[in-house]
Amino acid sequence: MAEPLLEIKDLRVEFDTRDGVATVIDGLDISLYPGEILGIVGESGCGKSMTALSIMRLVPVPPGRIAKGTIRLDGEDLLQVSEKRMRGVRGNAISMIFQEPMTSLNPVFSVGDQIAETILLHEGGSKRAAWQRAVEMLDAVGIPVPEVRAREYPHQMSGGMRQRVMIAMALACQPRVLIADEPTTALDVTVQAQIFDLLKDLQKKTGAVIVLITHDMGAIAEMAQRVVVMYAGRKVEDGPVDEILTNPKHPYTTGLIGCVPHLSADPSEERVPLTDIPGVVPPMTRLGQGCPFAPRCSEAMDKCRLEMPTQSVVGEDHRVSCWLIENDGP
Amino acid sequence: MANFSIIVVKRLFNAAALILAVVILNFLLIHIAPGDIVDTIAGEMGGISPELITQIRAEYGLDKPLYEQLALYVWKILQGDLGHSFFYDVPVVELIWDALPQTLLLVITALSLALVIGTILGVIAARRPNGAFSHFITVLALVGFSAPVFWTGIMFLIAFASFIPLFPPAGMADPGLEPGSLDYYLDVLHHMVLPVVTLALIYLAFYSRLSRASMLDVLGSDYIRTARAKGLSDRVVVYKHALRNALIPIVTIAGLQFAQILSGAVLVEAVFTWPGLGTLALEAILRRDGPTILGILFFSAMVVVIFNLLTDLTYNLIDPRIRIGSKE
Repeated sequence: MAEPLLEIKDLRVEFDTRDGVATVIDGLDISLYPGEILGIVGESGCGKSMTALSIMRLVPVPPGRIAKGTIRLDGEDLLQVSEKRMRGVRGNAISMIFQEPMTSLNPVFSVGDQIAETILLHEGGSKRAAWQRAVEMLDAVGIPVPEVRAREYPHQMSGGMRQRVMIAMALACQPRVLIADEPTTALDVTVQAQIFDLLKDLQKKTGAVIVLITHDMGAIAEMAQRVVVMYAGRKVEDGPVDEILTNPKHPYTTGLIGCVPHLSADPSEERVPLTDIPGVVPPMTRLGQGCPFAPRCSEAMDKCRLEMPTQSVVGEDHRVSCWLIENDGP
Repeated sequence: MANFSIIVVKRLFNAAALILAVVILNFLLIHIAPGDIVDTIAGEMGGISPELITQIRAEYGLDKPLYEQLALYVWKILQGDLGHSFFYDVPVVELIWDALPQTLLLVITALSLALVIGTILGVIAARRPNGAFSHFITVLALVGFSAPVFWTGIMFLIAFASFIPLFPPAGMADPGLEPGSLDYYLDVLHHMVLPVVTLALIYLAFYSRLSRASMLDVLGSDYIRTARAKGLSDRVVVYKHALRNALIPIVTIAGLQFAQILSGAVLVEAVFTWPGLGTLALEAILRRDGPTILGILFFSAMVVVIFNLLTDLTYNLIDPRIRIGSKE
C-alpha cells in the first residue's frame, strides 16, 4: 500500500475531571491514504470527535491534553510544530466541518465574508478576489444564485444550505484532508443524501482525503472505503468496509451493524427485529484493566475482564482487538 | 404595520395612565408627610402671624380642599406647568431645566466610561475564566455593587481631595472663571473626576460582570470552534468573531439602564455638591419645597416611562418574534 498521507500513532488524550484523569483516547493508530474516504464509527463518547479535534490540535487545554503519540502529515509531526505553524495547517491543509450547521456559522457575518476570510487568511490576495472565490465555492457546493446568497446571513438559510456553506468554507483552500464530524446528523434524510452525494462528488474532483465521523453504519456503508470502529477511546476493529460489513469480528462491530434498520420494498416480507447493544459507554475515569466492552459483551470471558485484548490481524488490512479472535487464532 | 400602530396606541395609553398614577401618588405622599409648608414659608419671610398664614394659604391655594388642589395640580401639569418653587421663587420647570445639563454631563460620562472599560475588563477576564485577573474582576464587581455610593464618594473625598489634594472637593467650577472660556472647561473637567469615577464604579462593576458572562457564553459556541478550525489567531477569534456577538446583550442592557440614570446621580451629586438634579432634589427636600420635589419626581417618572416605552417599541420593530399584545 502507498505511503500514508496522515498517520496517527499511539495517540493518548487525557482530561482532568472531578473524578480524576479520564483517558478519552488511548493507544490509537489510524492511517489515512491518498484518495480515500475513511469512516470512524462508534457511539457517543467513544472518542470520535476527540480524535478529530486532536488532528486539528483543538483539544481544549486545560482541562484536556494530548499526552502521548504522533500525528504526522507528510512526515511532519503536527503535535510538535508551533501554534503559528498549526494555524497555517488549520483550514488550509486540514479542514473540518461540524455536526451542527445551525450554530456553526457566525450569525453576525455574511456567509460570503466567512468563506472569504479563510481564503484571505491562507492565500492572501485582494478582498475582491477572495470574495469572487467565495462565490465560486458556493456555486461548487450547489447553492443557487451564489452571488446573491453570498451576501446573506446564516439565519436566512436552511440547515442543509448552511452545511453546504460550511463545506464550501472547508474546501476553499483545497485542503488535503477534510474531517467531517457527523455532518448530516442534524439534517433531514433527503438533505443527508444530498450532502453525502456532494461530499463524494467533491472528493473525486479535489482528491482530498475525507474522514467521515459518524455513529451510523449505514452512512459508512454508503460513503467509506475503510472504517475504524472505536469504543471507549480505543480502536477495536478496522479494515475495508466490505469486509467489515460482511465479516465483522468484534462483538461491538456486530452490534453496531445490527442497529441499522433495513428497508424492504415488500411489506409482506417478515420484518427483521432491530437488535441493540445493552448498556452505555462507561465513564472514562472508571475503566478497569480488562476490555472496556466486556461489561456489555454477550460473549465476554473471564480473561476479557482481566486483561486488555491485543490486536490481531484477521485478513488483508483487517485488524481486531478481541480475545475471542486470539483464542481462535488468526 | 396596522398591527404596530395598535400596539403604539395601547402602549401610549398605558404610559399616560402610569404617569397619572405617579402624579396622584406623589401628590398625596407629600401631603401626608408631617409638617406644614405654610410654617416654613412664613418662617422664611421673617415673621409668623395668623394674618400672614391665612394670606399665604390663600395665595398658594392651600386653603382649598385636597381633591381640588389635586385637580388643579393635574390640570397645570397638562399645561406644562410644574408649579412655582416656594424656596427659590421661580417656576419649577425652570429649576429642572437649569439643573438637567449638569446631571446629564455627569451621568453620560460615567456611563460611557463604565461601558467601555467594563466591557474590556470583562473580555480580558473571559479569556482566562479561572485566572487571577478573572477572580479580581469578580471581587471588583462584588465590592462595586455592595459599597454604597455615598461611602465610596466620601472615601474618595478623604483620599484625593483632603489627604492628597489632587482634586477639588465640591462644586463644578471656580466661580471666578468666565463661563465658556477654555480655562472654565478645564476646571469643570477637573471638578468632574471624582464624582464621575464614583458613579462609574457602580456601572463598571456591573458591565465587567455582564461582559465576562456574555463573552464566556459566546466563546463556548460552535461558531467560535469553526473560527479556530479555520486557522484564525486567538486575537481575531476573540476580538472579531466573539466580541461582536457578546456586545449584543451589553448594548441592550445599557439602553435599558439609561432610564435609571437619574436615581444613580442623586447621592453622588449630594456628596460632591454637584449642581445637578440630585442636589436640587436634596435641597428641595430639606427646605420642604413641595412643588420642586413633586416636579423632580414627576420628571424622573416621565424619563423612566418614556425610555421603557421606546425600548419596548424598538424591540417590537427589531425582533418580529416579540409581538407585544398580539394573539396569533
